[in-house]
Amino acid sequence: MIALVPKLPLAQGIDTALDWLTLHGAFITKAFSHVVSILIDALVGGLLWLPPWLLIAAVALLAWRAAGWRVALFSLFGLLLLWNLRLWSATLETFTLVLISTTISIAVGMPLGIAAALSRRTSKVVMPILDFMQTMPAFVYLIPAIPFFGLGAVSASVATVIFATPPTIRLTALGIRQVPGDLIEAADAFGSTRRQKLFKVQLPMAVPTIMAGINQTIMLSLSMVVIAAMIGAGGLGGKVWQAIQRLEPGNGFESGIAIVILAMILDRVTQRIGRP
Amino acid sequence: MQKIRIEKLSKIFGPHPEKALHLLDQGVDNAEIRKTGHAVGVANVSFDVEEGELLVIMGLSGSGKSTLVRCLNRLNTSSRGSIFIDGEDITRFDREQLLNLRRRKISMVFQHFALFPQRSVADNAAYGLEVQGIAPAERRARAVEALELVGLKGWEDSLPSQLSGGMQQRVGLARALAVKSDILLMDEAFSALDPLIRRDMQQELASLQRRMKKTIVFITHDLDEALQIGDRIVLMKDGRVVQIGTPEEILNKPADAYVERFVENVDMSRVLTARSVMGRARELAFPQDGPRTVLRKMTEGSDTSMLVVERDHTLVGTVTLDALDRAVKDGVGSIDGLIQRDAPTIDPDLPLTDIINLMATWPYRLPVVDEQRKLLGVVTRPRVINALAQNTPTEAAA
Repeated sequence: MIALVPKLPLAQGIDTALDWLTLHGAFITKAFSHVVSILIDALVGGLLWLPPWLLIAAVALLAWRAAGWRVALFSLFGLLLLWNLRLWSATLETFTLVLISTTISIAVGMPLGIAAALSRRTSKVVMPILDFMQTMPAFVYLIPAIPFFGLGAVSASVATVIFATPPTIRLTALGIRQVPGDLIEAADAFGSTRRQKLFKVQLPMAVPTIMAGINQTIMLSLSMVVIAAMIGAGGLGGKVWQAIQRLEPGNGFESGIAIVILAMILDRVTQRIGRP
Repeated sequence: MQKIRIEKLSKIFGPHPEKALHLLDQGVDNAEIRKTGHAVGVANVSFDVEEGELLVIMGLSGSGKSTLVRCLNRLNTSSRGSIFIDGEDITRFDREQLLNLRRRKISMVFQHFALFPQRSVADNAAYGLEVQGIAPAERRARAVEALELVGLKGWEDSLPSQLSGGMQQRVGLARALAVKSDILLMDEAFSALDPLIRRDMQQELASLQRRMKKTIVFITHDLDEALQIGDRIVLMKDGRVVQIGTPEEILNKPADAYVERFVENVDMSRVLTARSVMGRARELAFPQDGPRTVLRKMTEGSDTSMLVVERDHTLVGTVTLDALDRAVKDGVGSIDGLIQRDAPTIDPDLPLTDIINLMATWPYRLPVVDEQRKLLGVVTRPRVINALAQNTPTEAAA
C-alpha cells in the first residue's frame, strides 16, 4: 500500500536548505568559527601554562569556599588523580569547551527566559522550540555543524550550546514566574517601572532557580562535549572515542572516570552558588 | 476636606466588562452575571474619604473590598466610574502620572507583608525611595527614620526572615511611611498577626495616626478591628456598599439584617468606651469640706469613696470612707489632707476591657476626665455590669 504513496522529500528538503545556507551563510559562520577557535586555544593554552598543582589548589580553595570541606577534599584528590593519569591537558580541553558553551548558553538563555516569562506570546513560540531542541537526539546536531563550522572544537561547542541551553531558558522563565504575586503588587504599588521591577525584584528572587538551570546546562554541556568528540572535539571525550575505536576498555574507563570526577566537581560547586 | 472621592465605581472581571455592566444596570444579580463568565468585583460604589480620616472598609471575603482598594492605586483597573484624588481623576491617568501617583501620593501595606526576602530591613523600607531614584545615603537615612517610627531601631541590617510576623509588618508599615505619601492603603494589614500582636499594632497605628494625620483606607473582615480603629466604616457586601457610618451609627442603627448579624457578634467590652458607660457624678466633695459634711453626702450616695473637685470641676482626687471615718474620730477639721491626689483617672475613649482591668486593682469610683483634668463623669462597677448585660450578644439576638 505505502509503495503507492511517494515518499515525502523531507530529508532532501532539509539538505537543500542546509546546502543553501552553507553556500550563502558559511562565510559568517566560518568567521565566527575562527574567532571562537582562537579563544578556545588561548584559554586552553593559558590554563596549561599554569602549573597543575597551582590550579588544583585554586579549585580546591574555591570548592571549599563555595561548598565546604568535603567537596574541597574530593576536588583536591580527584584532580590529583587526573594529573597522575596523564589526563591533565585533556581535562583542561574539556573544561574549556564546557566553560565556553555554558557562557554562550547563559548569554543566550537568560534573556530568552526573561522574555518568555514576561510575554505570553514569546513563551508560546519559545517553549515548543525548546521541546524540539531537547528531544532531538544530540548526535543529529553534529552533522550540520560540520559544514558550517568545520571539524573540531567550534562545531562541538555550537552543537553543545543548542543541546544545553534549554534548561537555562526554562528555569529562568520559571524562576521569574514563581515570584509571589503580592511581591509583584508591592513593586507596582510603590511605582516601579517594568525595568526596576525586573532588576530589583524578579531577577534577584529568581536567582536560586536560575542557578539550578545553569547547573543543568553545565551538566548537559559536559555530556555533549563527550559525544562531540566524534567530530573532533578532543579532550576527555576524544580519549574515550579513541578507546572505543581501538577496543581498549582500560583506557576507556580511565577517561570515563575522569569525566565523572570533573562532572561531580562542577555540579557540587555550581549547585551551591546562588543559594542563600 | 475631601481627599478621595469615589463616584459610581464598578469593576468587572472577565472578557467583556461592558456586557456585564449592562446587566448590572438592569438589576441582574451577581450570581446571574457569573453565568456569563464575568465576576462582579465592585458595583456602583460611591463614597468620599476625608483628609486625615481613618476609613475602614469592612466586609467578608469576596465582598469586593480588596478589589476596591486596589482600584485606588490602579493595581486593578476599574471598569467604569471615577476616582478623584485631590480633585484629579486617576482613572484617566497615563503611565507617567500613574507612576508619580504611586511613588508620591499613595503607599500600601499588604496582608502578608510582601517584603522582599533578599533585601535587608532597611533596604525594604527604602524600596519606594529607591525606585524614585533618591541617592543611597538619603534613602537610608529616611528608611532608618521610618523604622524608628515603628519601633524597629537596630534591626536595619537584619533580613525579614529573621523577624517575627508582627515585626515584619512593622517593616511593611515603615516602607509605606518612608515615602511620606498622604494616603495609606492597608489591605488586611493586621489580619495575619496573632491576636495580641494585632491589638498592639492597632493601638500603635492609632497613635501614629494621631501624630501624622494621614488619610488611611484600612481594609478588614473583622468588625471588632473596624470598630476599634475606624473613624468611619464602609460596610460592603457583594461588591456593593451596605452602610457607611461611624462605629456608633453602625452599632446602634444597623442598616439591614446583614449588618445586624455582624453587629450581634461584637465583643462589646472592646467597643464600649468610658464615655458610653459613665454616669453623672451627683455628689462631689470640695477640698474645704469637713469630713462630716462629706460623710453625710456619701450616705446619700451610699458609696465607699467620694471624688473631690474644685469649684470649676477640676478633679483634685479621691477620699475613701475609711479615711473619713478616721478623720472624724481624730477630730480633723478639713478633708484636704485626706485626698488621694494620685488616684487613677480614665480617658473618655478608654475601652471597657481596660476599665475592667483597672477596677480589679482599684475598688473605688473611677473619675473620667478630659485633658485638663475636668471631671466629665464617673464609672462605677454597677454601671459597667449594666452596660455589659445590656449589650451581650444573646441579649441583642433576643
